[in-house]
Amino acid sequence: MSLISTLARLEAVSTGRAQAAATVRHRHLAERPLVLVPLTTAGEAGAPLGALVGTDRDAPRLLVVPQPRDRDLRFAFLAELADVVLPYIDAYAGQVEAAERNETDPETGKRVKVEVELCADAPQLIVPSRPGVDFLRLLGRSMRFRRTAEQDPETPYPAPPRVPLLGRWLTHFGERARVPGSSLLLAMTDVLSRHWATGQSTLEDQHLGALLAWIAPPEGSTGAEAALDAELARDAKGQLLCPPAGPATDPAFDNKLLAPAIERYDRARTALAAAEDGLEADDRLGELTAAERGIRDLVLSRTLPTWEKVWQGLDLLRELPVGAHVEERWTRDRWSFTAHRDRIAAGEPPQPRRDDAVTAANKLASREREQARLEAQEALDDPLVMAGRRLSGEAFTGEVIEVVMAYSESKRPSPRPLVTLRTDDRPHLGERVKVYRSLGGKPQTAEFVGLEDSPGDGALLVLRILDKMGRGKEPEAGSVPEKGDRLCFTLFEHEQRGGPKLPDPEQTPWTHGGPPGEAVAEAADPTTAEDVL
Amino acid sequence: MPPPRTQGKALRQRLAELRGPGVPAKALDARALAALAANPGCSRRAILDGAGVNKAALAGALGSPSAFGQSQFALTRGNAFEAKVKADGGAELLRLVHEKLDRGAEPPAGASVPDLSAAGPEGRAARTALALREATAAAGTWTLLDHPMLALDVAGSPAFLEPDAVVVHPDGRWTVVEIKSFPMLDGSADPAKVGAAARQAAVYVLALEEVAARLDPAPVVRHRVLLVCPKDFSNLPTASAVDVRKQRAVTGRQLARLTRVQDIADALPEGTCFSPELPTAELTSAVESVPATYAPECLSACELAFHCRTRSREAGAVTALGRSVRAELGGLTTVEDVLAAARGETGDPEDPAVAALRRAARLRAEALGQEAAPCR
Repeated sequence: MSLISTLARLEAVSTGRAQAAATVRHRHLAERPLVLVPLTTAGEAGAPLGALVGTDRDAPRLLVVPQPRDRDLRFAFLAELADVVLPYIDAYAGQVEAAERNETDPETGKRVKVEVELCADAPQLIVPSRPGVDFLRLLGRSMRFRRTAEQDPETPYPAPPRVPLLGRWLTHFGERARVPGSSLLLAMTDVLSRHWATGQSTLEDQHLGALLAWIAPPEGSTGAEAALDAELARDAKGQLLCPPAGPATDPAFDNKLLAPAIERYDRARTALAAAEDGLEADDRLGELTAAERGIRDLVLSRTLPTWEKVWQGLDLLRELPVGAHVEERWTRDRWSFTAHRDRIAAGEPPQPRRDDAVTAANKLASREREQARLEAQEALDDPLVMAGRRLSGEAFTGEVIEVVMAYSESKRPSPRPLVTLRTDDRPHLGERVKVYRSLGGKPQTAEFVGLEDSPGDGALLVLRILDKMGRGKEPEAGSVPEKGDRLCFTLFEHEQRGGPKLPDPEQTPWTHGGPPGEAVAEAADPTTAEDVL
Repeated sequence: MPPPRTQGKALRQRLAELRGPGVPAKALDARALAALAANPGCSRRAILDGAGVNKAALAGALGSPSAFGQSQFALTRGNAFEAKVKADGGAELLRLVHEKLDRGAEPPAGASVPDLSAAGPEGRAARTALALREATAAAGTWTLLDHPMLALDVAGSPAFLEPDAVVVHPDGRWTVVEIKSFPMLDGSADPAKVGAAARQAAVYVLALEEVAARLDPAPVVRHRVLLVCPKDFSNLPTASAVDVRKQRAVTGRQLARLTRVQDIADALPEGTCFSPELPTAELTSAVESVPATYAPECLSACELAFHCRTRSREAGAVTALGRSVRAELGGLTTVEDVLAAARGETGDPEDPAVAALRRAARLRAEALGQEAAPCR
């Protein structure tokens, strides 16, 4: 955490309200995001209890598993979830625009441009918190290797038709969420705490209710009081007034409300199965329906407050003006979405359990590159972020004092003007260190020449401008700073270069396990008869 | 120097007084011991745990109840899984130990599972020690001790610990087995949970080493424990060997330092008592008489955390925002001090922390388009 954000937190403590940690919005928000508030069963892996899902704030769809240990009920839940999520995804998969991509021609080995499809927009999933993102990954993992009756008639517990597909999509969303700056799948707490600094620690910021309480405290109370209420206040029955954002539920809720309700449901189901005639069965079916409704009400009561909070968070975020580079990063998300759509359409198998060495190295490299890109772009988009970089000596702002025209000593002299800048910042500059400024959205490079004795405050830096001045002897108009201009230079590059290319998977060196060999279809997870999960 | 025995006795007496008349000591379990090691600088936690005070009850009496609880679903699932792992005389468990830790030994068949039941924790601990000695003497056979009881001396009073299982190998070495119900997904489990399990197992290893030290020749306690978890989404067990040398060293060192409990107890005013029966005001001042080092990490490990957090916030301590925040502010420890220094009202401009703070405040104000700070 930089000193600037620490200061913001301290100011939040003293004013009782969250302070700005960004002046623009750094994440893309879709016009119609799909909000998903999942709940899970304590102690079980990948056993959802229910979810509230939808794109319409006023009409969420409630999905519930009345007995989370029952495989059939769980499949029914996942099938329903697929019915909501997949049509939403398909709506974006169908609308494409033409785009170009560089590819290596297999025959000539040259880089050529190819016309490809790019989805005009991409779907966006929003969950309340980071554990929610992990839970979607887990659900994706639990579904993508399942077999449907159509794929394999012999499979002992066939999954409903669209469930494996949903698994592949959730896996993709979960994997993409690990790429810095991506917005296909967002956790509300992460996005909010990126834009506001609260008067509590980052650990406590993981609580959506407390975080929102700091950002928008209710009338007449401070953020600290409201956050404390959100964390701890309980009703007469000992239940949290602001239920946790999930997917884990409060143990008090599990023990006092949910467990009796599930027990009642189990009893009703056993009774129905034991019914001897139609009349009796009708009665008992009524009891079963009532028991199921009881659980639905309980799940709704725990998810609806969170649902509202996610939308409130979206409202708050939409008030911020969007950052200049957000659109560009979203285009990368669209590429990622389109690529996965194409993989599914091409009939490729689900993502493997473990990546091969080359894929894993590629993923890591791309995450590192995206991290650097995100940091650079956020700084360029947002003076508050740039202030942090200036404080740490990675950027500086100053006023141009003097411009002296000079030329390179080559056969065809090109302009290499010397610019003297007065700055109060303290950049870490060494001789011939390259610095960059944004000139009409493109980075212009300069190199540090030296320090001049300064008569007044601050330091006088001499920089030599190196590029973006055109081909002629005289620099193009506007490409050289003028006296009196206020400029911001950075020591970090604005655009990220890709690293060295990795070999194809078939060329994996023996040090990294060698070529993966023939692709083997991943087997589904084994299921056993007595295995309730 | 008085003989250590009397010292121990005096300390025990003193700790009982701290607990309050008629309040039974809360046994320290491995989880609590491991958590203690996570925040070793906290005197409050050290003395309360050392004296066996029930911190959850204490927190309730102070008016800041803890939010810890376990869902019965998790409990049921955990117990069912453990029963499954140990079913059939522990055949599956021993197979996993053989496969993951001791492939060189002969495969376990017809391992002995001694009966460890006895009256009271002392009796069970003695029975466990006896069973361990017999199993070690019987070379060439596998022995599974289901829920043995181990005694560990913590700050002068014994803590009784109950590992899920201990296995004695044919070569006479001992292995701690920890059975957890979080899944091992494609061969990897949640690192935070594995870390907690490893710290817990390390406490068992320490306790076993005490038992081993009393035998001649002393058997070896393996520093690789076996962590048994459900495989993927099923309830079939799978296992992985976890090296706990580091956790064992850390916990061992912290436990050795816990003799400080004596010093903390000596520093307390006469008549201090932490009984939850006492009126809130009295109890609060008793708790306040021991300094705490609160950090947000406490929230997930200590029952008193909410109380300490309130206090820490009231005092305006910057550590309440995280340990890293404190680290970059030099000697400034309260929110108001920092803000005043940043505004240029107080503080020595020559102090690098203050100078950095003022620069940060100026840059932040400039970026937000506010008036530059007056210190400029």
